[in-house]
Amino acid sequence: MSFIKEFLLFLKVRKKYWLLPIIVFLVLFGGIIVLTQGSAVAPFIYTIF
Amino acid sequence: MKSILGISAFYHDSAACILIDGKIIAAAQEERFTRKKHDPTYPHNAIEFVLKFANLKLNDVDQIVFFEKPFLKFERLLETYVAFAPRGFISFAKAMPLWIKEKLFQKNLLFNKLKEHDMNYISDKNIFFSDHHLSHAASAFFPSPFDEAVIITADGVGEWATTTVAIGKNENLEIKKEIHFPHSLGLLYSAFTYYTGFKVNSGEYKLMGLAPYGNPTYVDKIKKIVDIKDDGTFRLDQKYFNYATGLTMTNNNFHNLFGQKPRDSTHDKIDQFHMDIAASIQNVTEEIMIKISRAVREEFGIKNLCLAGGVALNCVANGKILSEKIFDNIWIQPAAGDAGGSLGAALALWHVESKNKRIVNKNDDMNGSYLGTEFSQKEIEKELHTLGANFEILNYEDLINITSENLLNEKAIGWFQGRMEFGPRALGNRSILGDPRSDKMQKNLNLKVKYRESFRPFAPSVLREDLSEWFDMNVDSPYMLLVANINSKKTIEMTNEQKKLFGIEKLNVKRSEIPAVTHVDYSARVQTVSRNTNKHYYDLLKRFKEKTGCPVIVNTSFNVRGEPIVNSPTDAFNCFMGTELDYLIIGNCFLDKKKQDPKLKKDYINEFELD
Repeated sequence: MSFIKEFLLFLKVRKKYWLLPIIVFLVLFGGIIVLTQGSAVAPFIYTIF
Repeated sequence: MKSILGISAFYHDSAACILIDGKIIAAAQEERFTRKKHDPTYPHNAIEFVLKFANLKLNDVDQIVFFEKPFLKFERLLETYVAFAPRGFISFAKAMPLWIKEKLFQKNLLFNKLKEHDMNYISDKNIFFSDHHLSHAASAFFPSPFDEAVIITADGVGEWATTTVAIGKNENLEIKKEIHFPHSLGLLYSAFTYYTGFKVNSGEYKLMGLAPYGNPTYVDKIKKIVDIKDDGTFRLDQKYFNYATGLTMTNNNFHNLFGQKPRDSTHDKIDQFHMDIAASIQNVTEEIMIKISRAVREEFGIKNLCLAGGVALNCVANGKILSEKIFDNIWIQPAAGDAGGSLGAALALWHVESKNKRIVNKNDDMNGSYLGTEFSQKEIEKELHTLGANFEILNYEDLINITSENLLNEKAIGWFQGRMEFGPRALGNRSILGDPRSDKMQKNLNLKVKYRESFRPFAPSVLREDLSEWFDMNVDSPYMLLVANINSKKTIEMTNEQKKLFGIEKLNVKRSEIPAVTHVDYSARVQTVSRNTNKHYYDLLKRFKEKTGCPVIVNTSFNVRGEPIVNSPTDAFNCFMGTELDYLIIGNCFLDKKKQDPKLKKDYINEFELD
């Protein structure tokens, strides 16, 4: 719960509400990716993330 | 008493540090404990060490601060993917699970990991998040000996910023200018590191070491992909790069422009092309750093410069900024990479956020960067006994005498004293030492002790008082982050025939009185040693000078290629038994390789993944 609060506050401060639909989409579909993939492995070259 | 725990992790080079009332008490990188180079995982061992050193339990710590902001990083990622869509879908599909599973919930992740240190730690209310480049800037300014300075930070990328200019005055620090991703000097250098067949994030040193063998013939081509303005600001033409959305650094446009595919280090040898590419990108990097330095000097009129961020580890560029005399004084954070972010985050919280007064230390506040682990003579002897080592215990005078005697007999010596260094350089406490006057020392150390490429140069440690006699420099360089030329009185001019020698063959020509530390362009990465920062090492240098007239020693980190610098006496003994080091000195213990049980020898070459 505190995560959602903090994230909404972040969007407000950054004035980046347009990211919200992308994030909702990601959480829904990302959940599926996570479930199907099993483990999350970073690309091997340069982790820009 | 107020304590702050600084943490950097989950990217590369995770580390922890602890401040008590704003004073740096201890700092260490996780790789030294896990023995995994550039270990990016949660720094459990490093945190355990700094807490133990400060005699604190986690629940006693007042504030905990992480070196960057995960939400901002996520924002940058999403916006980058949107901007480049539909390119980058594969990278996106690989990145998102990691973020949605872990990285987005970093506060929670941190809290859960932190609880493992102390069951009484039950609230995440004291966890804070700094900004990546603010952390770098704070690590460069607050420990510096200046009350006012311009701070330039440059690295691959933090949240959005890749290069920043900040102004520090007393306890205030403010970022004034930023260059944002994907335009990054660090990533540009890394792109060429990748292109020349070295590992990104660790092979940048090799590219820098290779540069003097080449000619900067590709500068014009590089300038086709980097637009550099007069004030040093730059734009990278993304048509040539793949890092923003792909899984490699460069793309086919880049390869076609330079005329070759990236070098495959498993098959392809380094040739003149790679040396010329290295020389060219080094030249462009220096041009950008010098232009930025000139512009900020002119704009802000401040005479002191501080540097941090991975690009600040490019000691050749630092040396050029120094020799251009743009600033009166320069100070570079010894842990300029992300490990130092833990320190900067803690200092930023103490001074910038909490407005605590800063007292400037004219010698700087880094304690010579000797902020890591230390072992008492009793602990050392106990560990060595357990390992089955054969050793003698010498008094201090004999220790210095015998070590200097062995050095001048061209022996390779492992030297382990006092507290471990924080940052990537060994500064005389976890070092391998040799005689710089020896013709064969560079080759021997590279191939028999360090198992690394023969083109890589070694660095000299020199008595501070003799610096300008031997090198064209007269400022402190205690952290080995400045490159200077060997004083012309000590150089040996090459004959016309020798000058024609190809690349690495030049290295075998004796070009100065201290050939083991003289690079092909007569430069050296200098560490100045003074009595007040490292008495043992100073005394050794002094004794070596008394015996030989030479106040210089070869100093390279105590490890082999791909291995983190040794942390404990056990690590040191393992490295000693796995390489052709002749002697090992730990505290007052003296170990002779010939007297060790041959059964204890190790196959060390295959132990560590090559970097």
